[in-house]
Amino acid sequence: MTSPMTQPMTQPLLSVEHLTMRFGGLVAIDDVSFAATDKEITAIIGPNGAGKTTVFNCLTGFYKPSVGRLALTWDGREFLLEQMEGFVIAKTAKVARTFQNIRLFPKMTVLENLIVAQHNKLMRASGYSVRGLFGFGYQGKEAEAVEIARYWLEQINLVDRADDAAENLSYGDQRQLEIVRAMCIEPKLLCLDEPAAGLNPRETADLNKLLLFLRNEHKIGVLLIEHDMNVVMQISDHIVVLDYGRKISDGEPEAVRNDPAVIRAYLGEDEDEELPDIVKQDLAGDGADDGPETQA
Amino acid sequence: MSDAAIRRPLEPAKIFIELAATALIVAALSITLVGFHVKDVPGGFDVVTRFWDVLAAVVIAVVGRGWLIGLREGVPFPVAVTATPIAGILLLALISDWLFGGTLSETLRPILPFNSSVVQWLVAGIAAMFAAVGVTRAARERSAKSVEASEKFDDDAADFMDKVAAGAQRYTAWIGAGLLVVAVVLPFLPFMNLSTLDIAVLVLTYVMLGWGLNIVVGLAGLLDLGYVAFYAVGAYSFALLASPDSPVLQMMGIKEGVSFWLALPFAGMMAALAGIILGFPVLRLRGDYLAIVTLGFGEMIRVTLLNFYSLTRGPDGISKIPPPGILGYSTQPVMDNDTLENTTEFHTWIGREFDQYDNTILLYYVILVMALLTNWFTLRIRKLPVGRAWEALREDEIASRSLGINPTNTKLTAFALGAMFGGFAGSFFATRQTFVSPESFTFIESAVILAIVVLGGFGSQIGVVVASFLLIGMPELFRELQDFRMLFFGAAMVLIMLWRPSGLLARREPTIRLKDPPARGIRRERIKTREGDAPTTDAQSGDDLATGDRRP
Repeated sequence: MTSPMTQPMTQPLLSVEHLTMRFGGLVAIDDVSFAATDKEITAIIGPNGAGKTTVFNCLTGFYKPSVGRLALTWDGREFLLEQMEGFVIAKTAKVARTFQNIRLFPKMTVLENLIVAQHNKLMRASGYSVRGLFGFGYQGKEAEAVEIARYWLEQINLVDRADDAAENLSYGDQRQLEIVRAMCIEPKLLCLDEPAAGLNPRETADLNKLLLFLRNEHKIGVLLIEHDMNVVMQISDHIVVLDYGRKISDGEPEAVRNDPAVIRAYLGEDEDEELPDIVKQDLAGDGADDGPETQA
Repeated sequence: MSDAAIRRPLEPAKIFIELAATALIVAALSITLVGFHVKDVPGGFDVVTRFWDVLAAVVIAVVGRGWLIGLREGVPFPVAVTATPIAGILLLALISDWLFGGTLSETLRPILPFNSSVVQWLVAGIAAMFAAVGVTRAARERSAKSVEASEKFDDDAADFMDKVAAGAQRYTAWIGAGLLVVAVVLPFLPFMNLSTLDIAVLVLTYVMLGWGLNIVVGLAGLLDLGYVAFYAVGAYSFALLASPDSPVLQMMGIKEGVSFWLALPFAGMMAALAGIILGFPVLRLRGDYLAIVTLGFGEMIRVTLLNFYSLTRGPDGISKIPPPGILGYSTQPVMDNDTLENTTEFHTWIGREFDQYDNTILLYYVILVMALLTNWFTLRIRKLPVGRAWEALREDEIASRSLGINPTNTKLTAFALGAMFGGFAGSFFATRQTFVSPESFTFIESAVILAIVVLGGFGSQIGVVVASFLLIGMPELFRELQDFRMLFFGAAMVLIMLWRPSGLLARREPTIRLKDPPARGIRRERIKTREGDAPTTDAQSGDDLATGDRRP
């Protein structure tokens, strides 16, 4: 645990302080603090059951943390996420997320998925649908929403599939669609829960490209849970390692890779081998089971 | 089942066994149901035997099965040869009877031994269907000389409704327009009489209820087993305002009820309010739990109506609910002893005799307009943010929440709007019956309305119309079948659910498209003309919000 805390000069986009989440007697997250800045990809890694998804669920309002402060700051405004309801976090604090098991709207088309994500904007434009019912000045806004959707579909090369039901896309395309759908709410912080799970190497490379594009072009902060070390090590700017609900390491990829505490967490006491290969072996054995899935 | 390409040799023994089994099953079923008929005679009852009817049923079943086997085994020629003349004779007899009031079918008694014209038409229709399929297959086989033409009859049938559903969606505009024209001129068609028009009014009431419930169940995906509660709230709100017998009006010392047109929006609002009051606590529940709570709510409303005597007159109900008036004139004969002049009667005003059929025509148009408004509303709101949010919530509530959609409010709007249309339909029910009592609002009503939505295919507007006709219209038309109509009804339901488990016309049409729909027909043409216009696509026609083609 020698790596220094990455302290950004200004107020970080997200600052998690003393986050603790208890389920009855079980302490899923124990006093975790870390920060994520915009224009950076922050990865949260850790063995199965380390509490990574629970952190996400606390951040996006699906759980109310037992203790802790989750502050999101952008444009000089501060949002205390632990006090907000789930949909308000997405609506006003602009935190978007994806899910470990893809949650698209399967029967709706690809385009509709992206339009639904612009719900709040369109609701205002259509006078909460009352004005829209009689067709005043709503079509222009809807056309704009379609253009935004088209822009995102171009980024993931799915323009041709826009009118197909989302359930008919391939698995990799569904993953990418879920990410751009989250982008349609114009988030400041994007939380991705294992976006590379189940992807083949080529799809993983595409994903890396997309995530770097989001960071570089859209200047958002990305928070990433991932087991695939190819993704984590290649694109993250900053890594937080959790084990048994505690933070055991925090820093730049190179530092984390060589942190003895991390190696111990992944390998037990044996410290002979290099981390990434072993992590891969470790992961090959286990499925995607990772803490409690989102429950409403 | 799959190797239809190879024509198997016919196995007469197997076919014979199959036919014999069919005959046996039909005989066993019909000998108890049809063979013995208990008849009321003075001083008791008498058992009449009708073995000829049983024999006819067996023969019809065996012939039909034989044709089915013929088509299945890829020998359409004999089917065509036998089915065509039989269908021809039957249809000829029935059509001539229908046109000229003749008794040709009386002479065909041995072949068509049924008292019900509906059943006779059905038998003739099925024979005609076999004839048509047989002839086309035979012709195709003759021309192609190929064996692959002998596809499986079953596969065709399963495929068929998919194509119908797809076609129904593609040509929605045409089918809708066609149905609308029929609906508008229906009261003036030659074969209409008071009882058929009454059935049409009833069917339309259920169409409206189905469309209303479709908002809740089909779009928002909230399983509501207590929809009849809102129907009841609407009906009673209306009755309490409009009837001179209303305890509320009497308490306030008002003698005249409010007119239909004023009471109607109020009743809708009351029902929507009931929807919100129910919705607030229960919409956190999902699926089965929500269904149980709504079921309970439906019963609560009914029991309250039954016991709150000072407000609702309990089991006595509220009577003397006036029918809708026109321009302030009553459409009923006015039985006012004070003024002997008939100036308040509409029919006197336009110089006509009072005629119940005229009144039913008015009711028919009122419910037609109300139902069409419901439909317009649903089609429109589906393409607005609220409607899309409903569908998104139905598909995945957690994902919707993570995108900033407020689940409670969104569901609540669906519940309130669905309830409002239920309330409107309830008002219409009250004014049509001129009497409401809690008996009309039992659970079975909710079940029937839900069955209409499920049978039609969740979210399908035309499906609701078809299902209402099947579920409400058919049992009424089949009244001649007496006790057996429910049996027939049950069998039809089982068949439909086996054949189309997701509903007759279940097929989702996207609310918005990026590109041309792959349709032939009118849509393509409309978009082509649009392409010729300026590239801005803001000006839109009513039913198609697609933003057109903007590719460079």
